[in-house]
Amino acid sequence: MNFYTVPDLLLRLVNGFYPQFFESTSAMIPCKPTGRRVIFLISFFIVSVVNIWAQDGKALFMSKCASCHNVFKDLTGPKLGEVLDKDQYGGDTKKTYQWIRNAASMASSDPYYSDLKSKYGSVMLSFPDLKDAEIDAIWDYINKTYAAGPGGGKKPEGDTATGDKKSNPNAVIFGVISLILAIIALILMQINSNLKKMSDDAEGIMRPDPVPFYKNKVYITLFSILLFVVGGYYVTKGAIGLGRQKNYQPEQPIYYSHKVHAGINQINCLYCHGSAWDSKHAAIPSVNVCMNCHKAISTYEKGPKLYDENGDEINGTAEIEKLYKYAGFDPKNPSVWNPSKSKPIEWIKIHNLPDYVYFNHSQHVRTGKVQCQSCHGEITAMDEVKQVSELSMGWCVNCHRQTKVDFNYTAGKGNKFYSIYEKFHNDIKNGKMDSVTVEHIGGLECQKCHY
Amino acid sequence: MSQNKYWQNFAEVNDPENLHKFSKDEFHDELPFEGFDDKGLVDAKAPRRDFLKYLGFSTAAATLAASCKIPVRKAIPYANKPENLVPGVAKYYATTYVQDGDVVPVVAKVRDGRPIKIEGNELYAATGGGTSARAQASVLDLYDMYRTRYPMHKVKDKFEEIPSFEQTDKLVGEAMKAAGGQTVLLTSTVVSPSAKEIIGKFPGLRHVQYDAVSYSGMLLANEASGFGRKIPSYNFGTTQVIVSLGADFLGTWLSPVEFARGYAQGRKIKDEKNPVMSKHYQFESYLSMTGSNADERFTHRPSEAAAVALDLLNAINGTEGAVTLTGPLEAAIKKVAAELNAHKGEALVVCGSNDKNVQVIVNAINNAIGAYGTTINWSIPVNYRQGIDSEFEQLLADMETGTVGTVMIYGANPAYTYYHAERFKTALKKVKLIVSFNEKMDETTELCEYVIPNHHYLESWGDAEPCAGCTSFMQPTIYPLFKTRPYQTSLLKWSGDTRDYETYFKEYWIGKLGSEEAFNKALQDGVKEDTQPAASAGSYSSAAVAKTAAAIAAYKKTSGAEVVLYQKVSMGTGAQAGNPWLQELPDPVSKATWDNYAIISIKKAEELGIKLDNDYEYFPHKPVIELTVGKNKMDLPVLVFPGMNADTIAVAVGYGRNKAMGVTADGVGKNGYPLATFNGTTVDYYATGATATNLQKKYKIAQTQKHNSYEHRNEVVRETTLAAFKKHPNIIPDYNKHLRDAFYNKSGGNFRSNATLYPDPNRRQYEIHWGMSIDMNACNGCGACVVACHAENNVPVVGKSEVLRYHDMHWLRIDRYFVSDEKDPDNLKAVVFQPMLCQHCDNAPCENVCPVAATNHSTEGINQMAYNRCIGTRYCAQNCPYKVRRFNWADYNGTDSFPNNRDQKLVGKLDPVIEQMNDGLTRMVLNPDVTVRSRGVIEKCSFCVQKIQAAKLDAKKENRMLKDGDVKTACQTACPTSAIVFGNAVDKESVVARINEENKLRSFHVLELLHVLPNITYMAKIRNTDEEDANWAGEHGAEEHKDAGHDKKEDHMPAATKPEETH
Repeated sequence: MNFYTVPDLLLRLVNGFYPQFFESTSAMIPCKPTGRRVIFLISFFIVSVVNIWAQDGKALFMSKCASCHNVFKDLTGPKLGEVLDKDQYGGDTKKTYQWIRNAASMASSDPYYSDLKSKYGSVMLSFPDLKDAEIDAIWDYINKTYAAGPGGGKKPEGDTATGDKKSNPNAVIFGVISLILAIIALILMQINSNLKKMSDDAEGIMRPDPVPFYKNKVYITLFSILLFVVGGYYVTKGAIGLGRQKNYQPEQPIYYSHKVHAGINQINCLYCHGSAWDSKHAAIPSVNVCMNCHKAISTYEKGPKLYDENGDEINGTAEIEKLYKYAGFDPKNPSVWNPSKSKPIEWIKIHNLPDYVYFNHSQHVRTGKVQCQSCHGEITAMDEVKQVSELSMGWCVNCHRQTKVDFNYTAGKGNKFYSIYEKFHNDIKNGKMDSVTVEHIGGLECQKCHY
Repeated sequence: MSQNKYWQNFAEVNDPENLHKFSKDEFHDELPFEGFDDKGLVDAKAPRRDFLKYLGFSTAAATLAASCKIPVRKAIPYANKPENLVPGVAKYYATTYVQDGDVVPVVAKVRDGRPIKIEGNELYAATGGGTSARAQASVLDLYDMYRTRYPMHKVKDKFEEIPSFEQTDKLVGEAMKAAGGQTVLLTSTVVSPSAKEIIGKFPGLRHVQYDAVSYSGMLLANEASGFGRKIPSYNFGTTQVIVSLGADFLGTWLSPVEFARGYAQGRKIKDEKNPVMSKHYQFESYLSMTGSNADERFTHRPSEAAAVALDLLNAINGTEGAVTLTGPLEAAIKKVAAELNAHKGEALVVCGSNDKNVQVIVNAINNAIGAYGTTINWSIPVNYRQGIDSEFEQLLADMETGTVGTVMIYGANPAYTYYHAERFKTALKKVKLIVSFNEKMDETTELCEYVIPNHHYLESWGDAEPCAGCTSFMQPTIYPLFKTRPYQTSLLKWSGDTRDYETYFKEYWIGKLGSEEAFNKALQDGVKEDTQPAASAGSYSSAAVAKTAAAIAAYKKTSGAEVVLYQKVSMGTGAQAGNPWLQELPDPVSKATWDNYAIISIKKAEELGIKLDNDYEYFPHKPVIELTVGKNKMDLPVLVFPGMNADTIAVAVGYGRNKAMGVTADGVGKNGYPLATFNGTTVDYYATGATATNLQKKYKIAQTQKHNSYEHRNEVVRETTLAAFKKHPNIIPDYNKHLRDAFYNKSGGNFRSNATLYPDPNRRQYEIHWGMSIDMNACNGCGACVVACHAENNVPVVGKSEVLRYHDMHWLRIDRYFVSDEKDPDNLKAVVFQPMLCQHCDNAPCENVCPVAATNHSTEGINQMAYNRCIGTRYCAQNCPYKVRRFNWADYNGTDSFPNNRDQKLVGKLDPVIEQMNDGLTRMVLNPDVTVRSRGVIEKCSFCVQKIQAAKLDAKKENRMLKDGDVKTACQTACPTSAIVFGNAVDKESVVARINEENKLRSFHVLELLHVLPNITYMAKIRNTDEEDANWAGEHGAEEHKDAGHDKKEDHMPAATKPEETH
């Protein structure tokens, strides 16, 4: 429900002078309209929360394989589309399963094995946890993707988090109609007074000159009240927004495109931000992680052209060279590289929370199974990252109100931790409630996040 | 019949009415409003217009400040991330706290490469994971900005940096060659076996161990008694009768963590239907922390210690007419002797005297009562102290004659701790080359030519052998912060070994343990205990007793005042004096922070004309006396204690440090060491012939005891005797019921849920409900929990000037109550310690009054505090009956949006220690999971909610239920006696629920009568004495509830507490 009104535009103008850098520690309680907008936004996110751990070939592929394999081209490992084509083991799926669960156990006499080893220099990681059905699902996904051809299978999934940019067409119509009606009313009033004056003149009644509208006390009062209400609303709203950095998109030391890495090349988020799985921080990868791939990939050629905010073209290869500078790597002479001489890259932090907020990535990513995109937006479509979400308390709390926890409604399903909540289990059994949200288990309490 | 009185200060006893008036003011001093004088507002120095100007300016400034750009924050990842490190996830490394001879096996919590918290190592049986206040605080020493940062060389009285260690080695090597003469290594007790081997291999090195507070009397006496120059291990756990002759074994004597743990095992009541506990007698001169915990205490002059020991021996042996002491001591000795004789094989006598003769007699007593082989174990001698005073005296003599060419110093600081420091300093001038390895520029190091600072223990490899057959290992938990080097490496290099200590240490232990795997396992566990007794026991020989007895009999009787030196639990010998947490830790008994003082008796106070009225007690200004002992004169403020020997003046050592120790220790207190005396063999830590004169001056001492008023409510502590508890086992539950009924007495009504206007507090009693249980029988007041809370929760240090203004910030305080006869406060029957922290009331009075709902209740029973929501009205603190909420009066943590907001014109400048705590280096100790609070918000105990949330998350990640023991609060893990137990109180299987269930007869809630429904349950303190009736007071409680229509049952109510006022 967004009204694109003149004051809104004005506020945007003001914001232009103080772009997103306000510091404030208060005003965490959103006023109503903002709250509604957030709910609206959140509902978008909720829809996009997808369980990536389901037996869904794509999700499995992304989480397990994508960091080393692509369907269409060779990365750290061979392109999987063609691996399937060759079908090395004559349809002996057991061998394929064995390969995936523990490639190192394949006999070195196996020609395919030694072939690949000599080509890629290393043996594939083991995935002993994968079940047969899951492996089949992955193959299924690869088959379909490969059949669809490049570009056919990589349309990003999920919603874009640009909900607040879309304005409700009805609202705009209402706004325009109100404005037109108000103008008509004003004109009519003016006409009315003019007609009156003319009739008075005609009838020869002497009246004092009509006060011009800008001196008319009624108008001035009305205008003042209107200004006060509208101004007050936006001042309050602006004050609440102090210190929030939505849409913050600083220029980074290296033009790193998430679109190229996570989008086009489908590298799993956790490959680089692995600590999001274990820790409160989803730390930025160290230089040696970048170099895992960039030892081999020293040029940017095949991908789409990259542009910065001003529309200037970015030379991808030059950006990779910047990385080499930090790493102290000479692509012409890769064998002499000494990783211990690397220097850290000083990235600019985009998502900043105040010190009094405790946020834990692993709580959300691992326990809550929330997808990264839910908060960070469609990162796979962004070149340089910007802050998509408000990261305000109202925003957090709304999600906590609506997100269902992985409650073990029946034995064997869901997280065993929640077995302790007997009351909810009984209520569910008795039909008093149908699901348990984060709010029910204390997700709205102060010391969930503030301590 | 006399009544017991529970009191905290003399004003309660002597002038309660005026005290009431005083305590109505929240702060005792004038509010600092400048300019509001009689002339009215307009003519005042700051009239209304100025006020408006300031208001306008500050509003404009705030607007400006708020609209400034947020600085760009950087996120700098590793260049090469270590494989086993996840940013934001803490790792735990076993290591060992070693301070001079003190050893506590610990586990360091390392967060992103920096140690931030010390926990006890639960694998070490003797301490069982317990720690001391000093071990807890040691992590802050690591980040001490006053540590020496690089090797230095003195050039014309000024220290200059030596650029490299190679150059240092070259310079020292040449100087050593040029110096010639004997090479001496002067250290405090060395407990490291590998270091000892290195020292032993150094060619021609003479190793002298010197302890700041010496135990050489005991070592020599044990040698004379046939056990060799050793100290045995003591078993307090199974001992029925413990007699301490001036040994503060719970606080400072030998290995207090270990002893406190054993002692508590005997003191806890395991079966309340059939209560049994050990009996503890204490003979001492002043009121020590250990004495405070004793069942029966007897005082004597410090010089009478020998006579007490000898008389006790004679009384045990039944030697006719041998008790030479008279009066109460005679009766006491006879009683104790009878008790010891009745418990042969289950009794133990320990003695804190450093007089060899006294210790020989104590050995004879222990032999007579069958302690050897039962409560005293000679097969496992301990290594905590090894210094022999006469060896140091010999060294001094040799230095004076000029035969010593080089002195290397590690750990020892005789220029400060030696009773005749001037002699040491003069002797040092005759030595050609002096090298110090000390970490800080202490009094001795200042006199050295070369300073090659040692690592802090958290940066070091190493080992410690606290007792024979047990080893505790050290491994670095952080890369050395400064250009420092282990002293062992220096010794290795200078003796021609090219290895550094790390290599040597690894080779030494891999060789001993057989393999690298075994070594790694030992490092991981941190401790290794051999099962077989490592040493032969030796056998007792009474050869020395007769001669010693004769020598003691010849001791001169003295009259007049005497001075006894003691160590504070927080400060010890003063090695950690630069530690702000320790300086701010209130002494268990005096509750004073940031100072030492002369403790005198009530009688002595009378003699000096000090009246124990409100003037003395209510205000921090204490009278100053001049203490003269021989040539030493010292001005000291005075604190008056009940239960002191009338002629004894007690002074703590460890204070009065030099400037170079840093702003924390500088200028705090006076050095007490010069008051010690030398008796020809050993140093005596007392002096006779002291005189005290009242200088009619005042000095402010920052005591925390009076800071929090219970507003005339008395139902705070419950304490009784074992005999009375056996006779009336239901007395405490009955009294609790009486208090509840007085509040709400409707038949069929439910006290918990019905007696309130607010929604049923029981609605929160399901699934997870956090609760704590505190056993006052196990708590000995040591304060380890208080320091642990500092470290875990980023509790700020406020400095002395702020403590004086009642602004201390401890989330957890330990209240001390004296129990004495109502008419005779000096007749001290007991001292009760009560840890007091947020009670997390289910019907919390603080929650209802917050205008912004910044404090409220969680579904898990925690009283939550949201700092960012708090606007600082302090209504909650006002409405809290326990006075556990703390307000950030100033920007103690440097977290305000305005820089340099710590110096306020109106309220004065904060102490320099605040600047030290806010230094970038010191701030590395902060726990990143806990908000650092800014000025103007309330804070208080959170039940370590960050640990609760982390434990729940871990359980979720591992897809399992929460287990009991997953969450342990910082105070709980620090406690050496396990007095504090925390857990899910509605889980019937949890330890806390079990303890509450098994101790129904002793359980109580503080201020039960208020219906605030606390989640902390206390177990009443039981003293093991035979008194039955004298103790049953409870009148205070009773008086208030007379209208409730209760009959005379109150006559048998246990003394309910804090008397009429309190603070």
